[in-house]
Amino acid sequence: MSAPAATGSTLDRVLGARVRRAKGRRRVMLILVALIAVVVVVSLMVGQTFYSFTDVVRVILGQDVPGASFTVGRLRLPRVVLATAAGLSFGMAGVAFQTMLRNPLASPDIIGISAGASAAAAFAIVILGLSGTAVSLVAIVAGLAIALLVYLLAFKGGGGGSRLILIGIGIAAMLDSVTAYVISRAGQWDLQETLRWLSGSLNGASWQQLAPTLLALVVLAPVLLGQSRNLASLQLGDDTASALGVRVERSRLTVLVAAVGLIAFATAAAGPIAFVAFLSGPIAARIVGPRGSLLVPSALVGAALVLVADLCGQYAFGTRYPVGVVTGVLGAPYLVYLIVRTNRAGGSL
Amino acid sequence: MTATITRRDSNVASLRRPNRVRLSWLLALVVLLALLMVASLAIGSRTVSIGDMLLGLGGSLDTLGQAAVNKRVPRTLLAAIVGAALGLAGAVMQAVTRNPLADPSILGVNMGASLAVVTGIAWFGLSTATGYIWAAVAGAAVAAVFVYTVGSLGRGGATPLKLALAGAATSAALASFVTAVSLPRGDISATIVSWQIGGVGGASFDSIRPMLPFFVAGCAISLLAARSLNSLALGDDVAASLGERVAVVRVVAALGAVLLCGAATAIAGPIGFVGLVVPHLCRLLVGVDQRWLLPFSALAGAVLLVAADVIGRVVARPGEIDVGIITALIGAPVFIAIVRRQRVRAL
Repeated sequence: MSAPAATGSTLDRVLGARVRRAKGRRRVMLILVALIAVVVVVSLMVGQTFYSFTDVVRVILGQDVPGASFTVGRLRLPRVVLATAAGLSFGMAGVAFQTMLRNPLASPDIIGISAGASAAAAFAIVILGLSGTAVSLVAIVAGLAIALLVYLLAFKGGGGGSRLILIGIGIAAMLDSVTAYVISRAGQWDLQETLRWLSGSLNGASWQQLAPTLLALVVLAPVLLGQSRNLASLQLGDDTASALGVRVERSRLTVLVAAVGLIAFATAAAGPIAFVAFLSGPIAARIVGPRGSLLVPSALVGAALVLVADLCGQYAFGTRYPVGVVTGVLGAPYLVYLIVRTNRAGGSL
Repeated sequence: MTATITRRDSNVASLRRPNRVRLSWLLALVVLLALLMVASLAIGSRTVSIGDMLLGLGGSLDTLGQAAVNKRVPRTLLAAIVGAALGLAGAVMQAVTRNPLADPSILGVNMGASLAVVTGIAWFGLSTATGYIWAAVAGAAVAAVFVYTVGSLGRGGATPLKLALAGAATSAALASFVTAVSLPRGDISATIVSWQIGGVGGASFDSIRPMLPFFVAGCAISLLAARSLNSLALGDDVAASLGERVAVVRVVAALGAVLLCGAATAIAGPIGFVGLVVPHLCRLLVGVDQRWLLPFSALAGAVLLVAADVIGRVVARPGEIDVGIITALIGAPVFIAIVRRQRVRAL
């Protein structure tokens, strides 16, 4: 920081920088949206049978195209929509957690919330025999309960963010084994279904299964976006936030419920797609810069991640891999890299 | 470190148990293990009478009960051996890293062994039990070195949090790799879950035998390192001034631990939290002297795993729950309790 030369010119420079930053931010987000659109269209076109761009557009517009109407409309479209919706949900909820808890590692998939929703969804389907929205409701109740449990265990009697993460890791390990047990009870399930609950998968996506996820996204995403200013204040610490006029407890609760809701509904449909909630925020911060709310950029990054990973998983290798395996394999090195980088920088780990 | 030392001085009486107390605990654990092993032979989807059990142990297969005992003997032995290996490996890892949260599963070592075995089967045509174990030991070693390196970068060295995080991240990645490697292979992909959750069901003497040399070697190395690990607990500088070659001690002791958990994982799959819980309990019983702690951890690990196996067979009758699931359900709360109590500091 060099000393300001003159007040007027400094102000100009600051304002100019702000405008440039806002423009840069908008440009990055437009690129992300374009990327998502391209991947969506490509995902709809390729597969066992190739359909041309015009066929795909006609199906989306509701026209009847022989063959394509079924393949694209009934099979590929729900899958792509689920990928987008789950990616948006995981990305937005993940960065909400990371911002609120002021720790890039405190994402729902690391502190056990995704694992809880997944275990509950598997339990609801296998043991209780539920389906559809009821599964999502069980998942959200479990997600909230786990969030509350981790929070209480970590903060009762003082303690810091690092304790919360460690406790979350422990709880996630326990819940993963519950999921594995529930799956082992359901012998008739095929491998794909097993992998859905262990690592996340988009196979067999259907419109009925999608509906609750979409509804949750439409309702809860605006709630979170409405809290984006409060989130930024909460990041400065509770005291500062309340001095800035934020009702700390209320807005924290709102963010928590909305974010857990997004996670739980997406998990109930697609399983806990590994690392998407964790990675989207840091990636978004790198490409749009740390200033300003990361909710929307992170949601877009999440959607792009899931779409690209699913496209790779389906066609890039000889075998069709579920999306969660791809994000797990691709995401983990980035996680290690982040840990290394944060450690080097002497960060708050 | 100074804080830790003064804390130790202040309640040194509770950490240095008289040998009489230690010996009586030793006796108690041995009796407990014997009882649990008898229970493990008797209990299952069919409960066996004492007479049948004795005949079955003698090799008789005349009744269903005797045949069941015959099936349960290798399983019980395997549970005891794997438990001892994991308990001992956990105690050594906690001493080597001076980290209360060290455990073969939390540090990703078991998953490393798992991935190595799966890769060996899928890509290199590995098919012998000894081959599995070598692959598992190599995988465990690579994972251990990797996690420790990642976790100890940066300020403050290898803190419990950084190690646990690096381990959890590595574990998750390795689990994805296990799926990715085994999925294209229809013949092994059905067992994906068994390479992610460990169990001792379906054991036979033939599957146990190749593990024994590794188990014995690992135990010997670990126990011989006990005295040096005691010096290590005083801090690297003090240990060096006491004449220990700190780096050598670390590497040798870690090698013992890697042999143990590699062999255990190759036979039984990744079983978590035994190595975490057992040394902490044993420290309460016999104090912090590694020469007592290490053998106790082995014994208590065997007790825990045999007990977990029996529980898994009782609560889900007539089916059974894999022992890896039971240990996670028992171990995770203990992990959380340690995190809450210890305020996450180095041992």
